Amino acid sequence: MTMFKILKKQFLTSNICRMEVEAPLVANAAKPGQFLMVRADEKGERIPLTISDYDASAGTVTIVTQTIGASTTKINSMEEGECFADVVGPLGNPSEFIGWDKARIEASHFVFLAGGVGSAPVYPQAKWLKERGAGVTVILGARTKDLLIYVDELKSVSDDLQICTDDGSFGFQGNIPALLEHLVRDEGRSYTDCVAIGPMIMMKFSVLMATKLNLPVTVSLNTLMVDGTGMCGACRVTVDGKTRFACVDGPEFDGTKVDFDEAMRRQKQYVSQERGLK
Amino acid sequence: MADRIPRTAAPNQDPKVRATNFEEVCLGYDEKMALREASRCLNCKNPRCVQACPVNISIPEFISRVAAGDFAGAGEVIARDSSLPAICGRVCPQETQCEGSCVMGIKFEPVAIGQLERFVADWNREHGSRTAAKAEAVKPNGYKVAIIGSGPSGLACASDLAKKGYKVTIFEALHKAGGVLQYGIPEFRLPKDAIVEKEIAQVRDLGVEIVTDVVVGRTVTVDSLLEGGFDAVFIGSGAGLPRFMGIPGENMNGVYSANEFLTRNNLMKAYRSDYLTPINAGRRAVVVGGGNVAMDAARTALRLGADTTIVYRRTEKELPARAEEVHHAAEEGIHFAMLTNPVEILGDETGTVRAIRCIKMELGEPDESGRRSPVPVPGSEFEIETDTVIMALGTSPNPLIASTTKGLETNRRGCLVTTGDVVTTRPGVFAGGDAVTGAATVILAMGAGRKAAAAIDEYCRSTHAE
Repeated sequence: MTMFKILKKQFLTSNICRMEVEAPLVANAAKPGQFLMVRADEKGERIPLTISDYDASAGTVTIVTQTIGASTTKINSMEEGECFADVVGPLGNPSEFIGWDKARIEASHFVFLAGGVGSAPVYPQAKWLKERGAGVTVILGARTKDLLIYVDELKSVSDDLQICTDDGSFGFQGNIPALLEHLVRDEGRSYTDCVAIGPMIMMKFSVLMATKLNLPVTVSLNTLMVDGTGMCGACRVTVDGKTRFACVDGPEFDGTKVDFDEAMRRQKQYVSQERGLK
Repeated sequence: MADRIPRTAAPNQDPKVRATNFEEVCLGYDEKMALREASRCLNCKNPRCVQACPVNISIPEFISRVAAGDFAGAGEVIARDSSLPAICGRVCPQETQCEGSCVMGIKFEPVAIGQLERFVADWNREHGSRTAAKAEAVKPNGYKVAIIGSGPSGLACASDLAKKGYKVTIFEALHKAGGVLQYGIPEFRLPKDAIVEKEIAQVRDLGVEIVTDVVVGRTVTVDSLLEGGFDAVFIGSGAGLPRFMGIPGENMNGVYSANEFLTRNNLMKAYRSDYLTPINAGRRAVVVGGGNVAMDAARTALRLGADTTIVYRRTEKELPARAEEVHHAAEEGIHFAMLTNPVEILGDETGTVRAIRCIKMELGEPDESGRRSPVPVPGSEFEIETDTVIMALGTSPNPLIASTTKGLETNRRGCLVTTGDVVTTRPGVFAGGDAVTGAATVILAMGAGRKAAAAIDEYCRSTHAE
């Protein structure tokens, strides 16, 4: 019986927590772009979380969780040495670039748009690409300086780390799409591919900007899920006019084809229950 | 005389009471009822019921033990062929299988074989009998078999193989063993802690290891299992992928697949306030479909407090659900809108369901299945106001295993291609249950699991002999 023990725990901000968890089978199979599901205890929900790092030899995976509702509060309240009831994965498809040939990877220059807690899953993707010779730029954004996470980590796996805050307390003043536009338009940087991971609203506007700048853009959707294996359909999203399941068809999609307004609405389905109606 | 005694009805919870709780609807026989019902069996020389049972339980033999008051002996007879009798006694469609072919049913009413099976299983469990063969009594034969999925087919396959001395490991994607028995069938038809967990524990007692939280195709693959020391693999991964209608509004908030609705309630126990998983049945619910899953979803929504309507495009006569389930649903106060088909789901300004627009249907000419096909009545659209829509339109197999395994073929419906029912196109890999047939019943899946166990046994012995 695997124990899914929490080996390390660290709060990155007041409500974003990083944990290194023992999960050898998941660590052994994980690839950039995939996610896993955590159930904190017997009465907990199954919560989808992106994989922020994995170490097959140590048998560990790293998750970064933002406290949003009851279940994420429970996850973040658990301590080193305690065990999650379940950690299942890796789930979903790995990032598309995993299948590219060497020449294409080496000729590419990725710009990652990392918003809030979405900065963590950017890390394994940037790391994988950088190790294989791709150019990697990361634009890291948050509302204010104290909410920036993964600064050192992302610096270590990129050629260029750009930081922005909405209030200008650190780096460029403005949001992520604005900094992307500034880099391309004003500084003449050029990229071959764009990947945006963060809150739905941030991805929506990142896609609009990338499209304006003629950049192909991939997004990673953090929808609601129950099982994470294609069984329930809670994660369904409209992509290119068709209903797709984020868990098995995604979680990454061509950002220009995603119906973000529907995705944002579906994400809020249980907000009233979370407020205590249950 | 056996034929003079009427069939013994099993007591049920009162419909008004049970509509507000998740406790089991049917209370089952007591010893007196079981003795009386068992006395009705004619003990036919050529028992048609045994042939009609997908796992060929020696029905007259176990019933004669019941009639003699030897309930433990009856349990041993059943255990030869079924590892899940308390489950099958509850959820098998006996009316089309054993009871459907009972000679007593020709002039009178068939013997209540399902109730008797349930009684025997419950009696033995409550009296602590170890009906299952003891693990230590079986000599290991040195072969290792991996089973994917801990639902009915996987459990049946595992039991038979373990009894033959195989070292069996079941890999389950979810956090609890049982497959559809856990996530699909509701507590009020099949209690989880009292029945499902206990019968699965008996399979474990045979020496079968069940590893949860492993998604084959992602966490490990069929290839890695075969390379990692397993001599054969059985795929019993079921049919878990829900269908939707493809009508406008289907992604509104408040639209569920029956799979999602039932999984939230059954596996995740959303009906209990001490569990965190949420569920919204709303004040009114509409369930689309007419099978057993539609009945389960409707009766669950009702118990969660929703005034619930089943919408089905044919008539009550064509409902694919078991007659007993339809009857129970109607008794509990579910409304039935027959000859009705949804065309659109309507939402409010926040994208939340407020109504479902339907069209009236009439029955036309019979189609290839022999059922008269429903055709829309022009201009008959109308709206049913509702907060929740649950789509119970059937499921198909999950493509994950086939798409990650070399040499494993599927057909157009996504079902695994097999010869002799259980042999896949990949040597050493066997399959059975819904993954092969598409959505069917618990007992057919168990039958396939047993058949696969026999085929795996033959395969391992012949490859070893070479």
